[in-house]
This record gives sequence, structure tokens and C-alpha cells, in this order.
Amino acid sequence: MATIEINGQTIEAEEGSMLIAAADKAGIYIPRFCYHDKLSIAANCRMCLVEVEKAPKPLPACATPVTDGMKVQTQSELARDAQKGTMEFLLINHPLDCPICDQGGECELQDLAVGYGRDASQYNEGKRVVMDKNLGPLISTDMTRCIQCTRCVRFGQELAGIMELGMAGRGEHSEIMTFMGHTVDSELSGNVIDLCPVGALTSKPFRFQCRSWEMQNHDGIAPHDTVGSNLEIQVMRDKVMRVLPAANEAINEVWLSDRDRFSYESLDSDQRLTTPRLKINGEWKSTDWQTALEHVAAKLKVINEEFGADSTGALVSPTATLEELNLLKKLMQGMGSSNIDYRLRQQDFRGNQPAPVLGSSIADFESASTVLLVDSNIRKEQPILGLRLRKAVLHGTQVHALNHVDYDFAFRTASTICLAPDAMLSELAILTQLIAGRTGSSVPDAVSKLANGTEASVEIVALANELIDAGENGHVVLGAQARMNPNYSVLTTLTSLISTMTGARLANLAEANSVAAWQVMGAALDDGKNTADMIAEPLKACLLFNIDPRHDLLAGDHALETLSETGMVVHIGNFHDEALDDCCHVQLPLAAFSETDGTHINCEGTVQSWTAAVNPLGDSRPGWKILRVLGNYLSLDGFDYNTIAEVRNEAVAALQPIDASRVNTEFTVDELPDNGLKRIYDLPLYHSDALVRRASALQGAADSKAAVVLHPDTLQAIGAEEGSSVKFSVGEQSVELTVSSSNIVPVQCVVIPSGVDGCSAIGAAASVEVAN
Amino acid sequence: MKRAAHIVKSLFLQELIKGLSVTGRHLFKKKITVQYPDEKTPMSFRFRGLHAQRRYPNGEERCIACKLCEAVCPALAITIDSDVRDDGSRRTTRYDIDLSKCIFCGFCEEACPVDAIVETRIFEYHGENRDDLYYTKDKLLAVGDKMEDSIARDRKLDAPYR
Repeated sequence: MATIEINGQTIEAEEGSMLIAAADKAGIYIPRFCYHDKLSIAANCRMCLVEVEKAPKPLPACATPVTDGMKVQTQSELARDAQKGTMEFLLINHPLDCPICDQGGECELQDLAVGYGRDASQYNEGKRVVMDKNLGPLISTDMTRCIQCTRCVRFGQELAGIMELGMAGRGEHSEIMTFMGHTVDSELSGNVIDLCPVGALTSKPFRFQCRSWEMQNHDGIAPHDTVGSNLEIQVMRDKVMRVLPAANEAINEVWLSDRDRFSYESLDSDQRLTTPRLKINGEWKSTDWQTALEHVAAKLKVINEEFGADSTGALVSPTATLEELNLLKKLMQGMGSSNIDYRLRQQDFRGNQPAPVLGSSIADFESASTVLLVDSNIRKEQPILGLRLRKAVLHGTQVHALNHVDYDFAFRTASTICLAPDAMLSELAILTQLIAGRTGSSVPDAVSKLANGTEASVEIVALANELIDAGENGHVVLGAQARMNPNYSVLTTLTSLISTMTGARLANLAEANSVAAWQVMGAALDDGKNTADMIAEPLKACLLFNIDPRHDLLAGDHALETLSETGMVVHIGNFHDEALDDCCHVQLPLAAFSETDGTHINCEGTVQSWTAAVNPLGDSRPGWKILRVLGNYLSLDGFDYNTIAEVRNEAVAALQPIDASRVNTEFTVDELPDNGLKRIYDLPLYHSDALVRRASALQGAADSKAAVVLHPDTLQAIGAEEGSSVKFSVGEQSVELTVSSSNIVPVQCVVIPSGVDGCSAIGAAASVEVAN
Repeated sequence: MKRAAHIVKSLFLQELIKGLSVTGRHLFKKKITVQYPDEKTPMSFRFRGLHAQRRYPNGEERCIACKLCEAVCPALAITIDSDVRDDGSRRTTRYDIDLSKCIFCGFCEEACPVDAIVETRIFEYHGENRDDLYYTKDKLLAVGDKMEDSIARDRKLDAPYR
């Protein structure tokens, strides 16, 4: 520690830390543009010049390390002169267009111009004009306003991991640009909008919508991934105008993924359900809540009496809040049914189901020494965890990927093994066997049978050694694709065996509020019918909680068919579309995440509650209220809540503990058919839930492209070419899909995404044939 | 003594004559009453009457939807919605002034960076219901179009003091 003096105030600061950080800690403000505590130091804006005793000239506070006995003046005549001089230079080329600039009112340059700018400019020559760049559908540019602080460039390089923006040219001709003709496609690109101290980079969907001073801030929790990023939801006249990250060092630091940032656009989509609706003689009729709920309750009672409790089931989206999940489970239990499931994209339900948790805190995830990614594209599934992992890699973490597809992780992997689905299972079994041999543990026969006596490759041997050496510092991560795999139980068993033998932590990363769903449902998941059972045979009554069966269920169109044969389908959801209109009988409008109070449990187990930012759209109602009243109409006990706090307290108290011992030791492998192409499952980033699929700006972004991809050799073998339409068949059904090729996919395989129009006809099939 | 003086004053009708002389003087003085609406008082070029939205000579509306007038309005009489126009410029999609709330302080005019919202010399407007006093963008632009000559003249006169 060093003792220094800033403006006469004595403070303690860490030796070698930068002056500006020490001053910030002591609450002394030094003006800055290029400095940001999460980014490297550039010292190119010169706004933070301060006077340091015995230094002949003012020094930049952001690049001057603290040394013992330093005496600093931030407001002396010399310092203020220097700061004012810098400001004058910055304003020479900055346009005077604050009235039409979206940054107006929250602009660092505007704020500092009040303190350090002059009332009139001495500069009469021509100002610089810079052409605007096309950075894609999320970020709009006014590059003349840029002051070359390079925060956006450093963010791309240092955090997002892809250098999409750079500074070209020198002196007056320097400008921020992308590579020729490229846009900014990072899944975290929206953060450069927050970082830009001026109005050069602003949000495109928010462009010219309203001013910063008109909006009220509400805290919220991001509903799309298992991280539970903290949000600042900004509202004007009861409408969500913009979503920004709220700082939470333990969870999302100060960052936010584009999915969480821009998904608010669909909140006032044309497809929002705004009134309760009943289908009468094939015609949809709007009605009031009482009629709709009485109708639902009466029908459910009749079906329950006639066909028994087991004929009713509920499918719930993992985006539901803890309160909604708990009430829905209670409602089903009250009716005597334990047919409830949230695992919509899973098809293998054999054995015990591991909890969808990270296995450590999010911050500790960075300190793992070795990470093994199995069937995971972490960067495009949980962008904030991808960011954390990249940071870890930069600090020396070794990441190994055992995947089907050679994904671009934006960080260096120590080894990448990409194999076809069946080969990958064997490879994982070989690894398990090898680790068992080295650690002297025994493994079930099924493992050795799966490994089939194959010699381990050099990479697998190295990986095994590393995982054993890492011990508790190892981390095995199962991704979203694993869950869609027909051999999910094999994957979970093998990874949990590896984790038990080496002591590594085991992560199983799922969507949205899956942890809450798992903790609420607990044993009910094993007892009743699961998603696959409910899809296999039509029930007499089915409750869909915020589900679009075609896109949210892995079974896709097949699920729709089953539902259309179901006696009574009640849809409680945010949106409706043609397919839903066809298969449902009652539609009840549900308030979206910004319109309801709720609770999210993230992958590290943090319970976060939020309150509604706006009123529910139209006649829609918060889920907990709908379920509470439905419970009353069904004459069930214990549905007399008055506030959401009562529901929440009861739900939190009843949460099932996360039990790491819920792992299997035995498994059987589901043999994949030999003919045709083996399917590789994929869940594109911007197709993950109903809200995201309707967000127009996100749907224009690069990550929204959901392609059917084959290896170039495979493409040639089936006689197709890039961009052509190929007819794939599964059983009796066939569908034409546009294909593309890439050598990141193994041969004889095809990547078919889920949650996407067209591909829903393929359903959950593990292999497809190419029809002529 | 006091009583005697009073008797003399009343006897010679002194009070009455005094009063009548005032009346008489004014009878022949120049009149100050203005015969409104036939006659009108002089008006400052800074008069703050009915609002108007101005256009540039090429017909383009001046307003850029910066919302400073909305922010400064102490009576919260202004409501603005903004959006990107097809040509990419920042424009209002709604610009309403509720004249039944307006206190004619002129802050909106002062805040405007492009002289788009101005107050004209018109003060004799009326509404038979509240809606008539709710001025939308079209109405404001129509006032501006009609009064542009007078508005421009007044701004010119005021320019040296701004």
C-alpha cells in the first residue's frame, strides 16, 4: 500500500494501481473518456490530465501508477488548463448536434463540456466529416461524433474476443471501422453502445424513440438464459423503451448479451395475446376472464372425473417465474396429476436427471484450471458465461472441447475434438475408462462396452491427465445440445463419472429459469409423464404455459399433431400464432417478464426477485394471478394468496435441494440408425424462446441465421450444392430445406436446428435420409 | 368654527362644482379607451400568444424532435413522440400542445434550438370544448404557415437581443 495525497486529501492506494482508480475509490472525480475499469488502458483521450508534484508537465491519471508519497492536484490551475485545452481539441471536430443525438442527456462529452468547455469555439476552419458505417441491425452509427477513445475497439479485442471494430488511418483521418463490408456480429455487441462516451454508437431499435430524461428505471432480471443478468428496464408512458445492464459483479459484471438487451422489442408484437379467448365452433371469441376461467375449470373437472387425473398434463416453459412454476405444480397436484414438465427440448429421460446448475459460483467459474466442454457452444448458449470463460482462458485456463461441431469460441482451446454423434459417445467413454484406470476407480461395464477397447488418442490421454491433475479445479460443462441428444442419459452419466473420479465440478447448463423449475418440480419430474410421454400419446387435457409447441418443443410439428388430438388444450401465454390457434381451445393472455413480479434462480443458485416495470398489456394478467384464480375455480385448497410475496415465500421454502448425488451409474446406449445422415442438434441463439423469436432487430442479426449445415464432401456426395434446396425425409414425412456447407461439421452428419420454421417438421429425429 | 365652515361650503355647493369640473375636464380630453375589436393596442414583437410550428422556406418542418420544449414546459402541456422518418432524419410523429394547460411562459420558444416552436401575436382564439384547445402538429403547422411573415419579422426584430 502507498500513501498519496489527492487535492490535499490523504488516501491509501495499492502501489502500482493507476491514479484514476485510486481517486475513484476515494470518491474524487477525474474527467475521462477513454478510461474504463473493465478495459485496458489506452490513455489516448488525455482528458484525465492532472498535476503531480515534481512532474514538469501534467500527467494522465489513467496511465500514471501510484507511488508512495505522490502529491496530486486534480483541480489546480495547471490541471484545469490542461483539461480545458483537451476539451477544446475534442470539440473542434465534434458536431453541435446534441438536439438530434440519442446520447443527448446521458452523454459524457456533453456533461464534461459543461464543466470544461468554453462558451464559444476559437476554431473557424472546416470540421471533419466521417462516413457512417453499417454495423448491422443493432448498432447505429454517427461516426462524425466519434472522439476516438477506442473503448469499442478494446471491448471487441479484449472481452468479446473478436476484433470486429478497429481504428484505421492516422491523425485527422483516423476513424473507427469494421473490416470492409463486415458488420458487428458478436453476441455481446450491444455493450459498445453503453461504452461509447458520445453518440457515435447508439442503439438502432431505440433510435430517436425517446430521451434519457423521460424514462423511469426499473430493476429486472433477464429471462432468457440461466445467468440471470441484472437489468435496468427503462420505461416511458407504460411502455418498455430500452433495456440496459445493471451492474452486478457476481453475475453479469457490467455486461449484457444482445439477446437480453434487445428482446424487449417483441413486448408489443402484433402476436401478443391481449384478451382471454375461447374457441366456439371453430371460431375464436374474445371474452372476459371470469367466463374463460370458469370454462377452463368446468372442463378440467369433467375430464378429471371422466378419465381420471392422469389424463391431464402441463407443459411449462423454462422462462416461467418461480411463482408461476410453483403454482402450476400445486394446481396439477391438486387435481391429482403429476404430469408436469419443463424439459421441452429433451428426448431422453432415462435414469436420474442431474440438476441444471453450474456447480460453482459464476465468479469462480473463471478460476477453473481446466474446463471440458461437452456438446456445448457456450458462447452462443450462455453469452455471459462465454465471456467469463474467455477471460479465464486469457488468464491461463485450459479449455478442451468435445463437440460435434468445431465452433468458433472466440478463445483458444487447448484441444478440440469434433466427432459424429456416435463416435463422440465412444470417445467420451474412452476418456472415462482412461481416467478410471489412472485413478484406480472402477467403471460400469456399459462404459467399457461403449469404449469397445479402442486405443485412446494422444489428445484424450493429455485431456485425461489434465483433468486428473486439475482435481477440484476442473470443470466439466454439458451444453444445450447434450440435452437434445437421444443419448442424453449416456452423456450425463459419463460426465458425472468423470467428475466423481477426478473431483471436477459438473455443470449442466440449461435455458432461462430451469434451475427454479428443477427445484420446484423435483420428484414430480420422475413420477409423472414427461414431455416425451405427453407428446407420444394425446392426453385428454393439456395446459401449455407460455409454450409455442412447434418451436419450443424438440418434437416440433409432431407435438402439434398430438395436441390437435388432445381433448382440451389451454394455452396460457404471451403470444399466439396460427399453429397455436389451430390446436388450442382456450387462450389466456399472460403478462410478459417486464409486466409481472417474479423470481429467477440462476445457475449458481442465486435467487433474484424483481417487480413489474409496466402494467400488463391489454387484458393480460400476471401468471401467478391467473393460476391462483384458476385454483379457486377448481375448488383446490391453499390457493388463497393475497400477495405474490406469499406465493414466493411458500415456493422458496419448498425448493428441492440441489443434490449432486443424483447421478446414474448405469446406462444403455440408444443405437442410432445406420442409414442416412446423422443429425446434430442445434439451438440457434435467437430462436431460444417466443420472446426472442419475435424481436425484429435480433431476427436481422447474424446469429439469427439458423442454417442446415453439412460437410462439403457430404454435400457433394448427396449431389447438392451450397444454397440449394434438399429434400430430407424422416419416416414418412419429408421436408425441403436450404442447405449450406462448412467443414466445421463432421462428414455424414447434418446440423438441423431446433426452434426454427421449416426444421420443425424434422422433429426430434436423430437421423434423416436424403430423398430424391 | 368647524361647523360654520361646513355650512358655508354646503351653501355654495363647493363639492359639487369640484366634482363637475373633473368631469368637465375629462369631457374634452383625448380618449384612451380602445374600441376593441375595431381598434387594438400596440403589441411587442415578443408577444406570447398562440403557438405555431414553423417550416423552412423549402417546406421542410423545422422541428427535429429534440424534446427540449417538452422537458422545459413547467405546465407539462407539451407531448411529443419521435421516430426515424423514412429519410433517416429525426422527426416527431406527434406534437401536441394542450392550450388549456399552457401558461404562455414562452420557455418552449426559448428552449428550441431551431426556432421551430414559436408563440405568435394571435391571442384571440377560442374553443367551445376542451378538444378545440388541444393543438396537434397539423394545427400548429397550419398556424405557422399562415403567420410565417409576421413570425419571421418578429424574430428579426428580436435577433439583436438574443
